Amino acid sequence: MQKIFDKIGDETLNFLEVAGRMGIFLLACCGRIIAPPYKLQPVIKQVHFIGSRSVFVILFTGAFTGMVLGLQGYYTLRKFGSEGLLGSAVALSLLRELGPVLTALMVIGRAGSAITAEIGIMRNSEQIDALECMAIDPYKYLLAPKFVAGVIAMPMLTFIFNVVGIFGGYLVGVGLLKVNSGVFFQSMYDAVNWVDINMGIVKSLVFGLLVIWICAAKGYFLHLERSGGFGAEGVSRTTTSAVVMASVSILIWDYLISAIMM
Amino acid sequence: MTTTDKQPIIELRKITKTFGTQRVLDKVNLRVYEGTTLVIVGASGQGKSVILKHMLGLVRPERGNVLVFGTDIATCSRRKLKEIRKNFGVLFQNVALFDSMTIFDNVALPLRERTDFSAREIRERVEAKLELMDLQGAGAKYPAQISGGMQKRVGLARALVLDPKIVFFDEPTTGLDVHKSNEIYRLFYKTQAQLGYTAVIVSHDVPKIFKLSDYVALLANKEIQGCLTPEEFQLSDNDHIRSFVETTMGPIYTSEREETSFYEKV
Repeated sequence: MQKIFDKIGDETLNFLEVAGRMGIFLLACCGRIIAPPYKLQPVIKQVHFIGSRSVFVILFTGAFTGMVLGLQGYYTLRKFGSEGLLGSAVALSLLRELGPVLTALMVIGRAGSAITAEIGIMRNSEQIDALECMAIDPYKYLLAPKFVAGVIAMPMLTFIFNVVGIFGGYLVGVGLLKVNSGVFFQSMYDAVNWVDINMGIVKSLVFGLLVIWICAAKGYFLHLERSGGFGAEGVSRTTTSAVVMASVSILIWDYLISAIMM
Repeated sequence: MTTTDKQPIIELRKITKTFGTQRVLDKVNLRVYEGTTLVIVGASGQGKSVILKHMLGLVRPERGNVLVFGTDIATCSRRKLKEIRKNFGVLFQNVALFDSMTIFDNVALPLRERTDFSAREIRERVEAKLELMDLQGAGAKYPAQISGGMQKRVGLARALVLDPKIVFFDEPTTGLDVHKSNEIYRLFYKTQAQLGYTAVIVSHDVPKIFKLSDYVALLANKEIQGCLTPEEFQLSDNDHIRSFVETTMGPIYTSEREETSFYEKV
């Protein structure tokens, strides 16, 4: 019996320790973003890495998500004789939910995992210690540009996802299933409000921060991982756990933001 | 501990450190004097690198003080620690070069991040340091594309690029053959004569390293057994030091009487 309580106490303490560490990490990063000097080049480099290099995968997933929405939406709406609402169904699904969420999941898979692995390897091979010993602040030099880039790149990628997704839905709905083009866009125009667009923007901003926060912190604190962050296996295990943790957090925060903004 | 008229630039006072349940350092006292070279020796796993990490502010002790330029870096603010570290140069055991940057960028990084030098000035300074380390023409390569010995020299160039007051060397010659080790020692000797920095070296390379040192400290049994000049060290009566000297250098300083009795037995 005592063992069970020991275990519960141990896990609770560990959770509080990790939560505190993550909170301080976020505050430290935000502090370094605000503090001068401001260097643009590292941010541009990170926007290129997180944003530009994710465009191709976003185009692909956006197009196919929109197309499948068009297809599924059409057959569901046809049962009620409301094929004319296909445009609004595709647009609302994308703008409010699927655009921000799927973009974030794609960015986690492509850039988030790379960030955890990169920082984790730097931690393991004492490169972060080397930075500190050179009086170069790793938060300012290494992490702050990634946070800024994440918050810039995520909304942009979400816009691209939404536009391409709507086009994909249009292609299937209008091109393939012969829904009237005017009706498709009119229903979209009637149904979509600024609230929906704002919700998408808020979500993408929060997700941008969340993805970089979790993925960067997991790499940065690799040496403190309970399961052991040693060597290549430690990096791979931590990267996997960062991807899972970030993905789950995205879905939880998606619900919370939707509930608040509805 | 040997007294000297020079001022201690680093002073460890009763440093105690435990990892998990294992105590690594127990009330360690050590002084490093300005302009001198201190070599910390000891068997593997004794905690020599841990002492170095305390001096660098990478590890904080449970008890005790780490005074660098008179400031206790074990308790000072991060800002103050950063100021103090501006005087440091470090050559890590595994060199810790930034593997996604070229050799040039590795050496240029401290200049880019900590100074307002123009790109041209940075290039000139980096090229001068690379030349000092006999690394001309290697600037465009990545760390993975050069040999271990070259990596150490790049690490040394990076450590010295901002002309630090104190340079720390963690096992500078581990994994290198005799010629490469001698090359590192030659560069160390040359750069210290040129730049006049204080050096703290953790090394296994006994007795060769004695030639470069002003003081030698042995870490054994979680304590510093003595911080002595190389000559005093080799003649010390301390059991740990005596045993270490005999193990690493052979019983070359045993007395004539002992040797005679040894031959009589044979």
